[in-house]
Amino acid sequence: MRIQDLTRISQHEWEIAVTFRHDMRVPVRIFATRELLEQVMDDKSLEQAVDAATLPGLVGRVIVMPDMHQGYGFPIGCVAATEFPQGVVSPGAIGYDINCGVRLLASGIEFEAARAKLDRLATLLNSYCPSGVGKEGIVKATLPELEKILRDGSRWALKNGFANEQDLARTEEGGCLEGADPRKISDRAKARGREQVGSLGAGNHFIEVDVVERVFDEQAAAAMGLREGCLTLMIHCGSRGLGHQVCTDYVQQFQGAVQRYGIELPDRELVCAPMDTPEGQSYLGAMRAAANFAFVNRQLLAHAARRAFEETFAGRTRNWHLSQVYDIAHNMGKIETHDVDSRRLKVCVHRKGATRAFGPGSPGLPPEYQAIGQPVIIPGSMGTASWVLTGTADSMARSFGSTCHGAGRVMSRHQAKREVRGETLRNELQSHGIQVRAGSLSGLAEEAPQAYKDVDAVVETVEAAGIARKVARLRPVAVIKG
Amino acid sequence: MESGFLELPHTADWAVRVWAAGLPALFAAGANGMNALAGVRLGEGPRVSRVFQAEAPDAESLLVAFLSELVYAAEQENLAFDRFDIETEQQVGLYRIHARMEGAPMEAIEKPIKAVTYHNLEIISGEDGLEVEIVFDV
Repeated sequence: MRIQDLTRISQHEWEIAVTFRHDMRVPVRIFATRELLEQVMDDKSLEQAVDAATLPGLVGRVIVMPDMHQGYGFPIGCVAATEFPQGVVSPGAIGYDINCGVRLLASGIEFEAARAKLDRLATLLNSYCPSGVGKEGIVKATLPELEKILRDGSRWALKNGFANEQDLARTEEGGCLEGADPRKISDRAKARGREQVGSLGAGNHFIEVDVVERVFDEQAAAAMGLREGCLTLMIHCGSRGLGHQVCTDYVQQFQGAVQRYGIELPDRELVCAPMDTPEGQSYLGAMRAAANFAFVNRQLLAHAARRAFEETFAGRTRNWHLSQVYDIAHNMGKIETHDVDSRRLKVCVHRKGATRAFGPGSPGLPPEYQAIGQPVIIPGSMGTASWVLTGTADSMARSFGSTCHGAGRVMSRHQAKREVRGETLRNELQSHGIQVRAGSLSGLAEEAPQAYKDVDAVVETVEAAGIARKVARLRPVAVIKG
Repeated sequence: MESGFLELPHTADWAVRVWAAGLPALFAAGANGMNALAGVRLGEGPRVSRVFQAEAPDAESLLVAFLSELVYAAEQENLAFDRFDIETEQQVGLYRIHARMEGAPMEAIEKPIKAVTYHNLEIISGEDGLEVEIVFDV
């Protein structure tokens, strides 16, 4: 694939025509500047987007975000909508870490008042929020308890004292996807999940304390409780081994389904089944249950983080409570209604490395967000910045209510480890006033800021393209990684 | 043909090229490649033996099933395997594996592999034997 193969629509939009390859069913629309696009021309992001455009039942366009990078099957940073119910659902188009997502909590703690306590806060967060390879979670669930978590999601957390009503109101779908069916999840997946409820894991997942560096939209920031100069807490993780096993199981099972339904695909990782078949229904039930597990996982970590904040700041700092801003997924399949080519259609929106970004007035948003649109949380790379955005009317019209999800990798993990020493990076971050707690220094090196694109450039692109609106830029002051 | 593996560049996840004279050695080399990528260090405790049997409609699916079994053992039981005695059997539309594996509890794992993907997975038969590229989710 060369840049010449793309048609430039505007400064921030490009298109790969449906005629580019004989098996494409819809065009591919890419939101990126030329500079961001050039960064991925050497990997397989765009070829994978073309592969994604071959799924049966697609409507509109396959959408690619400026933080795109090569994945497997689908690229990361991709959105594809299939018509419900006859279109397909594809586990590989949602990803292994089902409902990997981000939660943001706001506080009224002023950074200057907190600066001397950040060391202790980072230590307590690291102590109370289990992280690292295969680490056991905050809750060891019995099988019946796990099944309640899978079915009820954050409602289970509320009932068991790990959440408050506002947490649920400010979580995508209230933290519970209807139609979750724990019976469609294998014993093996449940075994992987039982001991990991409330754990961060390893990889690119983290907990971060940030300070609100700059507010761009006063009205939206006020609605979210974000105040310039105050601390926030961000949690980035997903459904751990349970979600991975669900995806593994269904990608294997669907190898046969594509043959039964006569579906031809360019990559076996894209296997799929029509939603109105037993196989499609089974996966949807399992995927929703895994998504509920992830909502509970982030809720339990938020509960533990609140304890760390309380022990650090209660009695010493005013307004130390953490209130939820929002919790939003960036790996999920959802049945939604969108306007597509002048038709109002019910579709399954596959988002893999893309965040739902519903605009003002969208159903399901809490009253305080109706006027401003849904909060979108964009974790950046360590030591740079993270962002809070909102969805827009344009994101509804042009990207199936979706936007970017992060900075996006440009450097392989191997190369990052070759070029960056974990210890040096930790010292550098600490010299910039960022407390670091990392279970593995080589894991830290893999996630070095230079391994990622410029998150500011990604955010500027989605705002300029109209598919999100800037609310606030956050600067990290403490990072906890597995 | 000697069996072996080589890490391939991948932006976000891990990929490895594996080669061997036949299917059993290819599977063992895939497992060794996976252990090397993950930075597995076996402990010096008592050795553990396991038997894994499975069947699948094609060799690639059998490979994914075999490696996924090792992912599960690593995550759930902290076990990794470094010796493999593998037999495979092929009939029309059906592949079978019978693997006797020996290993030990892990002393350390640098970066666990979370899943084995089917991305562009194709076992290619050449003059010298078999070759396959495997992408792992990490």
